Amino acid sequence: MRRSQVQTRLNGNDIDFLCEPRQSLLEVLRDELGFTGSKEGCNNGNCGACTVIMNGRIVNSCCVLAVETEGAEIQTIEGVAHGEKLHPLQQAFLEEAALQCGICTPGFIMSAKALLEREPNADEARIRHWLAGNLCRCTGYDKIVKAVLSAEPQLQEAKQS
Amino acid sequence: MEAFDYVAPRSLAEVYSHLGNGKRTLFLAGGTDVIVQLREGRRHCDQLIDLKHVPELMRHGFTSDGTLEIGAASPLAEIYEDAEVQRRLPGLVDAASLIGGIQIQSRASLGGNLCNASPAADSTPALMALGARLVIGSASGSREVAAEEFPAGPGQNSLRPGEILVQIKVPPQPAHSGAAYLRFIPRNEMDIAVASAGVRLVLSPDNSRIEDVRLALGAVGPTVILVNTNDLAGKAANAETFKLAGEMASAAARPIDDMRGGVAQRRRLVSVLTVRALNTALQRATEAR
Ligand SMILES: Cc1cc2nc3c(=O)[nH]c(=O)nc-3n(C[C@H](O)[C@H](O)[C@H](O)COP(=O)(O)OP(=O)(O)OC[C@H]3O[C@@H](n4cnc5c(N)ncnc54)[C@H](O)[C@@H]3O)c2cc1C
Ligand code: FES
Ligand code: FES
Repeated sequence: MRRSQVQTRLNGNDIDFLCEPRQSLLEVLRDELGFTGSKEGCNNGNCGACTVIMNGRIVNSCCVLAVETEGAEIQTIEGVAHGEKLHPLQQAFLEEAALQCGICTPGFIMSAKALLEREPNADEARIRHWLAGNLCRCTGYDKIVKAVLSAEPQLQEAKQS
Repeated sequence: MEAFDYVAPRSLAEVYSHLGNGKRTLFLAGGTDVIVQLREGRRHCDQLIDLKHVPELMRHGFTSDGTLEIGAASPLAEIYEDAEVQRRLPGLVDAASLIGGIQIQSRASLGGNLCNASPAADSTPALMALGARLVIGSASGSREVAAEEFPAGPGQNSLRPGEILVQIKVPPQPAHSGAAYLRFIPRNEMDIAVASAGVRLVLSPDNSRIEDVRLALGAVGPTVILVNTNDLAGKAANAETFKLAGEMASAAARPIDDMRGGVAQRRRLVSVLTVRALNTALQRATEAR
């Protein structure tokens, strides 16, 4: 099968890679580029563990073909922290113990990040609605929602400083 | 996943130039149905044509006469986030904003929902209720059909070889009208409808009588069903008439038993959903827009 060359921007860096049309973005991220932060839960769009931000919107990277990302801007969990400094959402997930096995966490953080960038003061109902495409088998969601709420002031502070 | 070629044409003409070459073809709009189906071996193709680089297929807007024209591959989120669409067509927003979660809505399109032709496709009853028309294009020209003429069977639409769905046109809604879409799912979000109802209610100028009802039902037949509601015209816009509309919905439904629900349950559900959707439509019709 002919492989296509794709140029894209991943976490702020211009990259190019070769892939087959049938390969998903998730597959290429994990298996070709070594970005294993995005997780595969269901591989069919239901669990959100593979969530990345593509051109400003959250998508399930298992339901995007890697060839489709030509010219796109992709953010994955690997691009969320600043060096050693965790993003306020990552810090809040730790502080609120919003994870157990952690498989769902990268997806939740990417979804929540996209939400808070649009709606810095999203309330609990809005957060729950926005995160409906992310499943968690372990936590029962309350701690996740609490973590997102508690990150809101931190995030606004971080923006101002 | 089986191997296939991927092409990303930049114009409709270029799309059509890839058709009729004997290759088994599927189209890629948001991919939320087709990528999963290809991966699971439920569909097969030699070439996958990405529609998202064709400008006409990716934009939406109101024309001067108030028709909403939606490019078939435009993502749902772009449509329901539009304040003008929210104001003028809340019945469409009802459906577009409950398909999947936010990740799905970033990509999934109305064209994909229609073409995939699931009897439970959420946007289809809403579009039928609103009187939407579909523009179908091919190398030799274009034709228009009413939304209710489009589904041909479970998973089957009525496109002919060489054709694609280009645009969805939602006509300006009549004065004193309101529309709504409701579905029943066992969870709060992210599930496939067990039954659903899309309605549009047109009232007399004093809001007391019904001039017209369009009612479409999802997940209770091999395709979405448009119900004949002629008998409702002229009746009072009240609970008694709405109950009658619910009974018409139950009678028109042709449900099956499956893992999501049973026959009797679905008949009952479409009746309740129809009444509730009519109540919302009535409220919207009588509110200033
Ligand atoms: C997790 C999950 C949840 C979902 N929830 C819902 C839900 O709640 N309600 C619901 O109704 N659906 C749901 N779906 C199904 C799906 O998201 C919708 O049907 C969606 O609207 C499909 O649009 P798409 O742009 O992704 O289509 P695609 O997958 O890109 O295409 C679907 C089919 O239509 C054909 N096609 C697409 N565009 C055209 C065109 N312009 N002309 C000709 N053929 C075309 C393709 O060849 C393909 O066969 C869900 C799917 C997932 C994965
Ligand atoms: S792995 Fe992509 S949604 Fe589950
Ligand atoms: S922490 Fe295990 S799935 Fe969420």
